Amino acid sequence: MTNGYHIVVCGSIVPDPLQTLEPILAPSGPALKNEMMLPAILDPWAAHALYEAAELAAKVAGSKVWLVSIGPKAKLQQVMMTIAQRVSFEFVPVDASASGFADAQATAAVLAETIQGIPGLDRARLLVFGGWESASRGAGATMQLVGERLAILDQFQGVDKLNLQADGSLEILERIEGGRHQASTCLGPPALFGWATGDLPEPRNNPQVGMANMRTVMPALQRAKSMPLPANGLHFLSASPPKQQRQTRVVKDLSAEQIAREIAEWIGK
Amino acid sequence: MSARSPDEAATVEGQPIVSEKIERPQMAVDIACVGFGPAMGGFLTTLSRSLLNDDGSVRLESATSPGLPLQVICCERADGLGFGVSGAVTQARGIRGSFPGVDLTQIPMASAVKKEKLVYLLDPGRASHRSLAFKAADRVLRSFGFLFGLKHDAFEMPFTPAFMRKHDGLVLSLGQFNQWVSDQVAASGAVQIWPGMPVSEPLFEKDAVAGVRLADQGTDLNGHPEAGFTPGMDLRAALTVVGDGPVGAVGRKIDEHIGMPPGHGSREWALGMKMVIELREDSGLEPGTVLHTIGFPEPEIFGFLYVHPDRLASVGIFVPSWFRSPVRTGYRYLQHFLLHPYLWRHLEGGTLKSWGAKSLQESGRHGEPFLAGNGYARIGEGSGSTNVLAGSGVDEAWTTGVQLGEAVLELAENKRAFTRENLEATYVRRRRESWVDHESKIAADSREGFQKGVVTGMIGMAVAGLTGGRFAFTSYGADCKRPSLEEAYGSRIPPAELKQMQEECAAKGSSLHDRIMDRCGWPQIPMDGKLLISHQDALLMGGGVQAAPGYANHVIFRRPELCRGCETKLCVEMCSAQAITRGEDGVPGFDREKCVYCGACLWNCEADGDGAQGNIELRAGAGGLHSTLN
Repeated sequence: MTNGYHIVVCGSIVPDPLQTLEPILAPSGPALKNEMMLPAILDPWAAHALYEAAELAAKVAGSKVWLVSIGPKAKLQQVMMTIAQRVSFEFVPVDASASGFADAQATAAVLAETIQGIPGLDRARLLVFGGWESASRGAGATMQLVGERLAILDQFQGVDKLNLQADGSLEILERIEGGRHQASTCLGPPALFGWATGDLPEPRNNPQVGMANMRTVMPALQRAKSMPLPANGLHFLSASPPKQQRQTRVVKDLSAEQIAREIAEWIGK
Repeated sequence: MSARSPDEAATVEGQPIVSEKIERPQMAVDIACVGFGPAMGGFLTTLSRSLLNDDGSVRLESATSPGLPLQVICCERADGLGFGVSGAVTQARGIRGSFPGVDLTQIPMASAVKKEKLVYLLDPGRASHRSLAFKAADRVLRSFGFLFGLKHDAFEMPFTPAFMRKHDGLVLSLGQFNQWVSDQVAASGAVQIWPGMPVSEPLFEKDAVAGVRLADQGTDLNGHPEAGFTPGMDLRAALTVVGDGPVGAVGRKIDEHIGMPPGHGSREWALGMKMVIELREDSGLEPGTVLHTIGFPEPEIFGFLYVHPDRLASVGIFVPSWFRSPVRTGYRYLQHFLLHPYLWRHLEGGTLKSWGAKSLQESGRHGEPFLAGNGYARIGEGSGSTNVLAGSGVDEAWTTGVQLGEAVLELAENKRAFTRENLEATYVRRRRESWVDHESKIAADSREGFQKGVVTGMIGMAVAGLTGGRFAFTSYGADCKRPSLEEAYGSRIPPAELKQMQEECAAKGSSLHDRIMDRCGWPQIPMDGKLLISHQDALLMGGGVQAAPGYANHVIFRRPELCRGCETKLCVEMCSAQAITRGEDGVPGFDREKCVYCGACLWNCEADGDGAQGNIELRAGAGGLHSTLN
């Protein structure tokens, strides 16, 4: 790979998981109560994909990273204030709902169309990254559908590790059942990777990276296209958050083993 | 843009923890701003509208990046721009002035003030610490309640004093307001705001401020470098705008370095603690309702209830520094406040949506630092802008930011440097000529009476308010030392029992104040799992607290031997989030993963014995509460 990769990361936003989320049935379908008032973050799965993309781009000279995000413009702008400090990328926002109730087919269609519209993107150098799952879209199907629409045949889902080989090929570790990995080798682009967690720590905040990114992020947000996400006949009969039973006890200096034992005993009751 | 400067790394207990010189990345901008609150919102709103011409060309050119507009960067400690703040009722004179023609009630959780009441709450359980005057007032009201319209153990005052009224004002969630303002500012593309970026200190060049140093990343809790250590960047700027609030690290370091104007100091404080509650459908509270309360849970503790749209209400209390209790705390008092019959009839069946706490600088004009110096200017609450008579700070803070914004534009247009003289002639002059300063003078001594007692304090406020500040108590600088535990509770609990309680709580690491409240007859809280919940559940359900890894502890106990000798450890009792606990060796422990950065520990520590400066150092910290509903 002499000219570097063109890495497109698909990453949307989700409500900050620390908030109390309450599904409601709005006239347009299921939604989260007061979602626009809640703080948002980059989907944690997609965030891992972004950090892996930045790491790979730093290793291979001439590479470039794009971040394609679907979400309401105001929320995307808020999230970029944090994310843009961490890694360098060119932002490609799409102004649309970031509700977790969107149809995966519709989401994939918008993502694929947006990727195809990125000026200067070279398919021969293209790696598409994204989250294997999502904190709000648990279908686990969106990235696969994006790959199909882009006619990318080499797809890897549940990726934990991507190693660049000396001959330019890519070794990929995908999660399989039983806590094991399937190792594959991909000769090169175009390929698509649905990341599980990766193993990179969250990059440090860096104002220099932020200053450089924001020179392009804000104009991109101003140009962001508004695109519908049709329901495609999808109906939700009901939606409910996971049931919670909270019991708090404040303790200090317990070992991980002791904590795990207590939790297991508590669940068993 | 990326030169590096050798320097010492962070220190622990005043000692360098990395002895070798380290290389720090540097970046030059024109204006570096610290803290994003209402004041910075006003400043950046004003500035961002004038950096470019209508055709997009540069109006005010950067000195550090020629060809580009002034490079303005704002660093905010919290993870989000609406985090770590609190709701408010405000007259919004300055805020409205910045957004002519905009319907500000369209901001989420904003409502026009429609109804305002001042309510005296009696003590239904007779457990509070009431003076003879309050007991007499309660007795009269209970005996002749039918004459005064006493209902639900409360007396609604026939009028709200003019100096307190927020007529034509707004009920706001400051979290939502800050988020809305940051959206407007950032959308302009003219300035950049970075959350999750704590600033550790100002960069001094003699008595000038030449920028700020960001906190080191990739350290252990003691500040020692670990894998991925990234020294905090030096952000060099011709002007540093300090709006980091009353307990911000940069403002306090400037005060230490430059000093305060003669006779000025931050002596008066209060801890504000609140909940945002989703009300039941038939709560009977209309959006725009504002209640101010006095009398309960203790006579010294004032309370409030503001009703937002969509069945949300902000309910909270202020625990002031002049509440002479050596074990004062916030959370349990807040729960008893909710349970007062006058409020509970509305709140029962409600659900906690958010929780939060913050220190309020209540010294007002007496706490005003030097507003400007060479290379820096102070705005907002940390600059003493809060009006302590009106109980109003948001609009005042916003307006000081606008004034500095206008001053900076004037100086930049005339290519004049950000020197002390120039900033005084532009920013300070604007401030001195404005309503903020005029009303701050009236309010200056209005709370002095509280040093002598609640009744005296209320009389003092009324006199100052009604005479336009011409008459007021003037006791500033009087002894305000807290009584010992025996002095405070000896009349209700025998000293030997008090001593035993103290020892048992110290041994168990439990709250002494909780125990004392039980003993004084405060009822147990009937937990309902929705609104009446444990303190830790309030943290979890009320937004959650997070602390990004890789930062050092930001609460430091400077001289451990002083902590060991401290009997009451008010820092533990007063900690809003139970992040400070009784340590095994007599030195409190600190858990940064619980800290909401309220700063109460800072002003509740008297461990050095002189009452002027405690033994706790509050440094720049990342993380904190994750809620934008407050």
